[in-house]
Formats: sequence, structure tokens, C-alpha cells
Amino acid sequence: MDGKPRLQLRGVTKRFPGVLANDNVSLVVRPGEIHALLGENGAGKSTLVKMIYGVLHPDSGDILWDGEPTPIDNPRSARKLGIGMVFQHFSLFEALTVLENIALGVDAKIPQNLLEAEIRRVLDLYGLKLDPRRIVSTLSVGERQRIEIVRALLLNPKLLIMDEPTSVLTPQEVEQLFETLRKLSAQGCSILYISHKLHEIIALCETATILRAGRFVAECDPRRETSRSMAELMIGGNLKEISRTPGRAFGAEKFATRALSLPKIGDFGMALKEVSFSVRAGEILGVAGVAGNGQNELMEALSGEVASPDQMILLEGKTIGRLGPTQRRALGLSAVPEERNGHAAVADLTLALNGALTARRRMGFVTGGLLSLSLARAYAGKVISTFTVKALGPHSTAGSLSGGNLQKFIMGREILQEPSAIAVSQPTWGVDAGAAAAIRQALVDLAARGCAILVISQDLDELLELCDSLVVINLGSLSRVMKVGEASIEEIGLLMGGVHGDPQATVEMTEALQHAH
Amino acid sequence: MRIRLEKRREPSRLMQALSPIGAVAATMIVGAIIFQAIGYDGPDAVKDIFFTPVLASYKWQDVAAKAAPLILIALGLTLGNQAKVWNIGAEGQYILGALGGAGAAILTQDMQGWWIVPLMIVCGMAAGALWAAPVAWLRNRFGVNEILSSLMLVYVATQLLNYLVTGPWKDPHGQNFPQTAPFTASQRLPAALFGQPFPPGLYIAFALALVFWLVMARTEYGLGVRVVGEAPRAARYAGYRASDAVWSTLLISGAMAGLAGVLEATTQSGQLNLGFPSGYGFTAIIVSFLGRLHPMGIALAGVVLAISYVGGQVAQTTVHVPSATAGIFQAMMLFFILASDVLVRRRLRIEWGAGQTKAARA
Repeated sequence: MDGKPRLQLRGVTKRFPGVLANDNVSLVVRPGEIHALLGENGAGKSTLVKMIYGVLHPDSGDILWDGEPTPIDNPRSARKLGIGMVFQHFSLFEALTVLENIALGVDAKIPQNLLEAEIRRVLDLYGLKLDPRRIVSTLSVGERQRIEIVRALLLNPKLLIMDEPTSVLTPQEVEQLFETLRKLSAQGCSILYISHKLHEIIALCETATILRAGRFVAECDPRRETSRSMAELMIGGNLKEISRTPGRAFGAEKFATRALSLPKIGDFGMALKEVSFSVRAGEILGVAGVAGNGQNELMEALSGEVASPDQMILLEGKTIGRLGPTQRRALGLSAVPEERNGHAAVADLTLALNGALTARRRMGFVTGGLLSLSLARAYAGKVISTFTVKALGPHSTAGSLSGGNLQKFIMGREILQEPSAIAVSQPTWGVDAGAAAAIRQALVDLAARGCAILVISQDLDELLELCDSLVVINLGSLSRVMKVGEASIEEIGLLMGGVHGDPQATVEMTEALQHAH
Repeated sequence: MRIRLEKRREPSRLMQALSPIGAVAATMIVGAIIFQAIGYDGPDAVKDIFFTPVLASYKWQDVAAKAAPLILIALGLTLGNQAKVWNIGAEGQYILGALGGAGAAILTQDMQGWWIVPLMIVCGMAAGALWAAPVAWLRNRFGVNEILSSLMLVYVATQLLNYLVTGPWKDPHGQNFPQTAPFTASQRLPAALFGQPFPPGLYIAFALALVFWLVMARTEYGLGVRVVGEAPRAARYAGYRASDAVWSTLLISGAMAGLAGVLEATTQSGQLNLGFPSGYGFTAIIVSFLGRLHPMGIALAGVVLAISYVGGQVAQTTVHVPSATAGIFQAMMLFFILASDVLVRRRLRIEWGAGQTKAARA
């Protein structure tokens, strides 16, 4: 292990107009090492990784590969060196199949049937579930990510870069992935692992490099650190824990569905089957589950983008199933979908107009069809200052904000409308620790003011931290409701894997649970 | 070396505003070179096309007469373009507008009164909207591409005009010429108003440009149209229905093209004949983009395109360029404005990549 490092960065600097994205950053990854790269959004992780993968080029500084200074011109030459990458944001062609997408990412020309066999072998080897023949547009976020993982693993890489790979996996699947990564590492493949889930880094990584504001802050051994100590190194200050008043009482039922059933839309959509939940005033109900199990369908039914039979959705006792999004918002039901760009916000519009998207009626921007831009600007300004969104102002376009800041803006836009109930999907997906804590705290505070909150998330830790009760969604139906204090991770994980209703699986689950205890 | 286009985070507003000027300038330069190369006096052709109509005041009335329909049609198209509803069939809706007006004129042949012209205008707008309605219906009901259906309806409209002016609507006293009866005094608008060489259509066009600007920038509806165009899922989430935007933008752009047609008929031609279709419906597409999809920009761009029409005729007689010349210049303008759009939103980067780092190391 004393040999040359697999990858070494020396004093790498990258400047964008107006921003110094990386300032004299150094990093050493040894062969077979699992190395964490930590930092808040905007700390420069993505820029650094893009330079390693040849997408960007450093303004100054050296990249050394196996001890040799090696310019990496483009991703193709990176792959030739043996660098594989799983991006956080996928670059997939929606209209093509999984197989065709992977074929496009493979540099060598391989006949499709051989490639498919190879893909199936990799899928099998790492226990990933994915049908190579499905069209990407029909896949969930989780499944899309698996394509990227397979694409990278097909190259038998010597260095695998993983950008937030576990956000869409069940705890069991995360454990499986870790097994895989440890196997790879034992075979000598280095892994550069980017994640916000600090306990995962503690469980997986031997070394962590921490960046803040484009600069190297520290290298540490995560196994000797705590989540808290690393988070504080990242944000350069004290991390606030969620504070909530103990012994809160919940009010009456505010937001509920009654046997909400919807047929599946499209060939690979998920039908909703008799989904019933009830959220009381002040309560936060979490919906756990692996991506693609009906979360998006449930969200669209709750937001009003897809209409349902009227009596199936209730807000404060009123049936609202057939109402559209605008009418539901007028009654006090807000919704935040999973996808920020192009769904919850429009990249090319200003923040003022993005605020008006959902707040225009409820906050009174509209009189007789006229939209008051000054009120919209003032509201966006209020959201920006209340939720410390890093933006130049209400005139900035949504597309100019980083993911975490845009998410803070979107959450703030809904929360300042003081909804009486809100459904939120993936409130902190791809958001850094500081912003995530702020968003969670805002939700807890909103609940304390009597709002009924439904949070759909694939991040189980988030749900356990945030929610009062939990259900698991699997194949379009919900499990029984569990109180957060009483639910065991193992049980939730197994429910996420989809066992309820199947007697054989239930037996296996019980055995597994007994085994676990 | 590699040439790449990188997306800019925030496109500069100044560059967005200046790009049409750059496009027009590039058109002049490239146009002069091309016409020089094929044996005409290139600089002279450019001078006659773009400057003579402005400098010679007796051409202003011509320019104004052509600017009015271009601006009116382009305003309607722009609303659709904002929603990414591509109405390519404004020419057909323009013809239908004139037919609607002419139909009303035939019914009111023996009547008099101030109300006749407004009635013709209403009929013309309704006919234009009616011609766009099947396009909207087909798109919403069956997902039929509106570019194709609206374009095909242009040819149907032309045939309908031919049929009517050679058949049922032919002027009984017209010595068998394929044309309608001339409009009566009560059915006509003056070609100039208030002692200026500008027709009423131009005043209406500028007033409506203000109205469209208000609708696009300051109404809930205008925001919805934009959001439907930019991000359909976000539109649905925000409570805007894409099918509503398809209906409303097509009906409005149809009505605007119809308005342009009926005004042209009552102000300029005074009757309908086989030569009525003018291509304004197609040129207006260029006006919409050259005006940066902004009503005020469109008012300006309409004048620029009208100048190129009039100037094209001037250059035909002075420099003897072919009649297609104005069209070539107009097409170049569209090309350059779309190209500069790409460069305003993106940054052109020429990377010497590997070569540079190697050199630095050596």
C-alpha cells in the first residue's frame, strides 16, 4: 500500500466567471481506498470531480494518475485510464431503452446481445434490479440511477467516482451496494465517494477530504469522527439540531385519503391501490419506500395534477379529489414535487415569477386577471430573506440557483403561504447538510403551527428524524402506520423491499427480524 | 482544439436586446457579399433594400401599409410561440379574415352606416379564429402536430379564396374577372389618417402591441402561457392547463391574422382577387423572432421587415435584382436572429485543451 497513489491532485484551481470554484485543492486517493469527498453544495465537489473525469479542465495545478502527471482531456480519456463515474444528475436519453443508453456510453463497439449479457451479469453480480429493455422515460429516479451505476461498473474501473449513490436505495440495498464497493476496493479499485449521509461515510470510507467554499479544509479518518464533527467541518460552524417541543398533542384529522385508487398512467406507471392515510393537525407523516413504487403518482394525485374521484381525498373534512391544483391551494393544500427543475420551478423564469406559480392566488397577487409584479417580487424577496436563499434577488432566474438554494426557495414559497396541509416529496434530495437542516426545521415549525404534513422520501434517516409516524409505500399501496419511536429499521426496510400481503415473504420477514434482534 | 457551446447561467439582457440589431447588420453585410459574388452591385442592393425606403419619404406610406399586417399577425403568433404552440398557418387565417370581411361586405352591399366596417372586422377576426380552431382541436384531441395542420390549412384557404372569387362571390359586373365586387364607401377605411401617411391598421397594431405587452407581462394568463411553453409539468403543477393554452393561443393568433386580413382588404385592396395572398402570414414568423417575442420588439421588427419588402421592390428596378431578393434577405435575418439566440444563451469556447497543458509543462 506504500506505492504511488492511484490519483493525486496538486494545487488544482478552477475559476468560473465570478466564482473561484476550486482554490488550490489537493487530494490523494490510494489504490483500493474508499475515499469520501465531503462538502456543502457549492463547496466545489462537483467541479473537482468533473476535472478528474475530464469534463472540465483545471486552470492550474496537476492531476497525477499512478504517480504520472496526466492531462485528462475528456471523459473518454478518463474512461480509458480506468476512471468510472456515476453522476448525481443523469445524462440519459428518455426515449431510448436502458440497453441503448448504456451502449451509447460504452466507447468500444460491442454487439447489443453481448452487451446485454454483460449488463445482466453486472446486474446479477451486484444485485441491482433493472430491466435492460425498458424505455428510460418510464423509469423512476432510482432506476435511472442504477443505469448509471451499471454503466460505470461495465468498464471494470480502477477508480470509481460515485456522486450521492445511495439516496434512492433501501437500507438493505445500501448494504448490498456497500458490499459491492468493499469487494471492488478489495480488488484494488479505488472509490471516490460523495455523499451527504455522514453515517454512511463513517460505515464505508477510510479517508475523507472535506471542502468548504472551494478550499481544502481537512483530511480525516471518518471512522474516528462523528457525523456531527464532520458536518461542522463542512459548514464551518455549529450544526443546529432540529428543535421541537416535546409532548406535542395532535389536533383533529386535517388531511386524508380514503382508499385512493388510480389506474396506472402509461405502460410503466404505478397504479395506486386503496391508499388510505390520515394526518392530524401538527402531525408529520412520512411515506418511506424505494423510488418507483407509486410516490410520484401519489404526489400528483395529492397536488391535484391528476384528478381522482372526489370522495377519495379530504382536506379538513371537505372532499377535494376532483379539484385542480389552483382550487386545492386556495383551500390551503400545498404540494412540493420531487423534481425541482421543470416541475416545482421553471429555470428560465425569475424567482418572483416562480413564486407566483403557486402563491399568486393565495397571496393575492392576482386582481381581475392582472398579476402584480411588485407583490410577486416582494413575496420572493421575503422567501429569500426568511429562508436565507443564496440568490442575487427576486430578479434572478431559478436556473441560476444551486440545487439546495432552489429547494430552499421552493419550500419557503410554500411554507410562507401558511398552508393548512402540505405534501412534500424528497424535501432534501441533493441538498447539503446545512440547507437540509434548515428545511427540516422549517417543516417541524410549520407542523407546530398546526399544519398537517405528509413527507414522501427515500431517505429513511430523514423520515425518522422528521416524522411522527411512518408508512411504507410499495407497489402502489401503503403499509400499516407505525409510530416513529416504535418502528424498527429492519421492518421498514423489509416492507420497502415489498413483502406485505405475501404469506411466504411475511414468514421470511419475521425470521429475518428475529435474526436481526 | 475543440469548439464547444456552454450554457450561460444568466443570459445578458443587453445582449438579448442587441442581438436583433446584430442580426440585421449581419444580414446586410452577408447579403452585400452574396449579391456582389453573383454579379450584382451588392452594396447598392443593400442600400436600396434597407435605406432607400427610410430616406425617401414618399415610400413611408408603402412601408406603413406593409408593417401593419406584419405586426398584427406577429403579435398573435408571438403569444403562441411563448407557449411553444407553433402556428405556421397565419397566412391561411389572414386569407380567411379577408374572406370573412368580404362576406360581410356582400351582405351589406346596399346598406350604409358607420357600423359596417366594424361588422366586417368582427367577421374577419371570427373567420381567422375559426380557421385556427381545427388546429387546436386536432392537437388537443389527437396530438396532431400543429405545424403541419396549420400549414396545410393555408392551401385549403387559398383554394377556398380561388373558389369564391371565381364562383359564388364573383363580381356580377366585373366582366368575368376573378374578383369580388369592389367594397362600397361604407365598407372601406382610408389609407391614411390624421394627415400622416399611415393607415388605421398601423395605429391599431401599435395599440394592440401595448395590449399584448400588458397581457404577456402583467397577467396571470400571460404567465401561464409562458410556463406552458417553458415547462409543461410545472404548468400543470401551477394549475395551468396546456390544452387551454393551445386553444387560446391558436384562437387569438387566428383572430389577429384575420384582423390583418380584413384590414388589408378594406384599407388597401378594396376587393378580393386571386392575388390577395401576400405571404405576410409567413413573414410574420420572422417578425415574431426578430422582435424577440416581445410586443415592443415586434412593432420595430415589423417596420424593418416592411422596409425590406418595399426596398426589395426598389432594388428590382434600380439594381435589377430578382423579385425573390427581399425573401432572401428576410430569410437571412431569421437565420441570423436564431443563430445569435444560440450565442446569447450559450458561450462559444474554443479549447486548446491538451495542447496547452502539454506546452505549459514542457
